Amino acid sequence: MAEPTTTGSPTPDEPLLRAEDLRVHLDTPRGLLKAVDGVSFAIERGETLGLVGESGSGKSMLVRSLMGICPSIARIRGSVRLDGRELVGVPRKEARTIWGNRIAMVFQDPMTSLNPVLRIDRQLTESMRLHLGLGKKEANERAIELLTLVGIPEPLKRSRSYPHQLSGGMRQRVTIAMALACDPDVLIADEATTALDVTVQRQILDLLQEIQAERGMGMILVSHDLGVVAGRTDQIAVMYAGRMVEHSPTADLFAHRRHRYTEALLGAVPRLDVPREQRPRAIPGSPPDLITLASGCAFAARCGAADDLCRAQRPELGEDLGTHRFACHHPVGTDAPAGADAASGDGADEKPSLMKETPA
Amino acid sequence: MLRLLGRKLLALIPVLFLVTFATTALPDLVDGSPVAQMLGPGSTPQDLKDLEHEFGYDKSLPVRYVTWVGNALTGDLGESLKTRTSVMDGIAERFPVTLELAVFALLMALIVAVPLGVWTAAKAGGRVDRVIGGVSSGLLSIPTFVSVFILVYFFANPKMMLAFKPTGWEYISVDFAKNIEFAFLPALALALAEIPQFQRLLRSDMLATLQEDFILTARSKGLSTPYVLFRHALRPSSFSLLTVSGLTLGRLIGGTVIVESYFAIPGLGQGMYQAINGKDIPVVQGTVVVIALIYVLLNTLVDIGYSLIDPRVRAR
Repeated sequence: MAEPTTTGSPTPDEPLLRAEDLRVHLDTPRGLLKAVDGVSFAIERGETLGLVGESGSGKSMLVRSLMGICPSIARIRGSVRLDGRELVGVPRKEARTIWGNRIAMVFQDPMTSLNPVLRIDRQLTESMRLHLGLGKKEANERAIELLTLVGIPEPLKRSRSYPHQLSGGMRQRVTIAMALACDPDVLIADEATTALDVTVQRQILDLLQEIQAERGMGMILVSHDLGVVAGRTDQIAVMYAGRMVEHSPTADLFAHRRHRYTEALLGAVPRLDVPREQRPRAIPGSPPDLITLASGCAFAARCGAADDLCRAQRPELGEDLGTHRFACHHPVGTDAPAGADAASGDGADEKPSLMKETPA
Repeated sequence: MLRLLGRKLLALIPVLFLVTFATTALPDLVDGSPVAQMLGPGSTPQDLKDLEHEFGYDKSLPVRYVTWVGNALTGDLGESLKTRTSVMDGIAERFPVTLELAVFALLMALIVAVPLGVWTAAKAGGRVDRVIGGVSSGLLSIPTFVSVFILVYFFANPKMMLAFKPTGWEYISVDFAKNIEFAFLPALALALAEIPQFQRLLRSDMLATLQEDFILTARSKGLSTPYVLFRHALRPSSFSLLTVSGLTLGRLIGGTVIVESYFAIPGLGQGMYQAINGKDIPVVQGTVVVIALIYVLLNTLVDIGYSLIDPRVRAR
C-alpha cells in the first residue's frame, strides 16, 4: 500500500527509524534508574530488528519510550527520528500524531491489553477516526477489512463482540489489527507472543512477518527468547542492564556470537537437537540493580571470563551501525584470562572491539 | 434480565416479612397503648378499650399481622392514629418530595465528584490531588447539621450573592422554578456529605484501572489524555461508585430527617420523624414498607447497572 509522504523532508540516506544515544532515566525514590542508557540503532523499511534480553534489561522501556508510554517519572534523552523527524523532546501534542499512526505497538498479553468494556470495533476504529479523520462508516468498513487481514473468521460478527468473547489467539490478532489500523511505518511487537501457547505463538509470528513483508514496514520484535527472533529478523540487539551488549546482522550473530552474555543466553535455550546430558544452562546470579550500577561491565559479576579490567572499565559498543558490534573485553573466541591477575590486555581482541564482519 | 428481576423479587419477600412483622410487633415492645394519646381529657378506661378495639390493638400479634398484610395487599395501609387520614395518601404526598430531593442531591454529588475523582487519579500525588484530598477530608468531617447553617448563611442570605429559599417547599408539579429555589439548598446540603466519599472511591478505583495494560494500549494509539481517562478508564472504574450511589440514594430516601426538618420540607423523612415521636404506628409501618421496597428496587437497578457497565457481567 502506498504510504502518504511524510511531513518534513527525509534525506536520502536517512533510515526509516533511527535512535541515537537514547536514554530513559527514571527518577525513583531510591535514586536515578538508568533503564535505558545510550542505545543506538537504525531500521530501514521492510527490516526487522530483534531486541533480546532478560526481564529488566530495558528492552520494554526502550520500545515504550518510542511510543510515549513510559511512566511519568521517566526522562527521555537522546534522539529518535522517524524519516528524519525528531520525536524526543517535542510537545506531546505533536508526538501524539505519530503514536498509533506511524508507529504502532502490539503488547504482550492479549488478555489484558484490550479494554474489557468496549466492543472490538470501537477499539479498532478510534485511532483511525483520530489520525485518519475517517467517518464512522468508513472506519467500520476498514475495521472489517483489518479483521479479515489478520485471519479472524466472521469478522463482521467479531467486530461486534467484546474481548472476553474471543480466545487468546483471536485477541492477539485483534491487537495486531488495531496496531495496523493506520497503516504504520513501524510496528513494535513487545513480547507479542509470550503469553500465547506455542502453536498459536508460531501463527502470530508468521502473521506478523507476512504483513510486514507485504507492507514494507519496519518492525521491532522484542523477546526474551533468542529462538523467537532467530529466523525472523535482519538484525539482533542483545540488551543487558539498559545497554546493548551485542548488536549485529542476525546471521552474523548466530554464526559468531562474541559477547559472553549472548553466549550464556544461547546456552540457556532448551534444544531438542543436542544430547540429553547437555542440559540448558541457567545464567548464574541475577541482573544487577540498575540504580547502584558499578562503573565496570554490568555482566562482570555473572561472567566466567571477567577479570579486573571488566570490573573497572566498561567495554564500549562500537558506533558503526550495520556492523557486528559488541561490548566485551574478552569476547567469545578469545581465551578467557586464567585468573584475575591476567587483567591487562595482551591481544587486540581484548580491546573494546569494533570488529567488522561482512553484513548479511 | 427477566430472570435477574425474578430472583430479586423473590429475595424481596423475606425482607418485607421481617420489616413488616417487626413494625407490627412494635406496640407489644413499648409501654402504653398506642391509641392512648388520641384520647381527650376526662376519658374513661372504657373509651381506651373502644379505641383499641376500633384499631384492632386488642387482638393478638399474629391476628393483627395477618389483617395488616391482607389490607396492605389491597393498597390499604390503615389510618394515621393522629390525623385519622389514610396512611397511603400521606405517603403518596410525601414520597415524591423526598424522591426529588434524593435524586437531585445524588446528581449534584456525582456531577461534582466524578470529574474530581478522575482528575485526582490522573494527577495522583500532585498538588491538585493533595489540595482536593485535603478539602474533601474537611468536608467529610463537617456533619450535616453544621453544614446546613453554613449553606443557609451564604446562599439564603439577602446580603450575600445568592438568595435561595431557606425554608419551605413548592411542589414540582405546581411551579418548577420555585421548586428548584426551595430544593437547591437542601439538595446541596445532602450532596456535600456524599461528594468526598464519591471522589475518594472513584479516585482509588481509577488509580487501579490506570495501571491496567489496556490503558497503555489506548495511550499507544496517540489518544489524548482526557479521552483515555473518560472513554477508556472511567467505565471500568465505576463499579464501587455505582454500588455506593445506589445505597446512598436508598439512604437519602429513607433518612433525610435532619435536612428535611431544618428546611421544613414536607417529605418522607420529616413524616417518619413525626410519626415516631407521636407513636403513630400505622404511619411508621407504612413508611418503613415503602422504604424497604425502594431499597430492594434500587439494589436491582444497581445490578442491572453492573451489566451495563461491564459486558462480562452479562455473560454470567
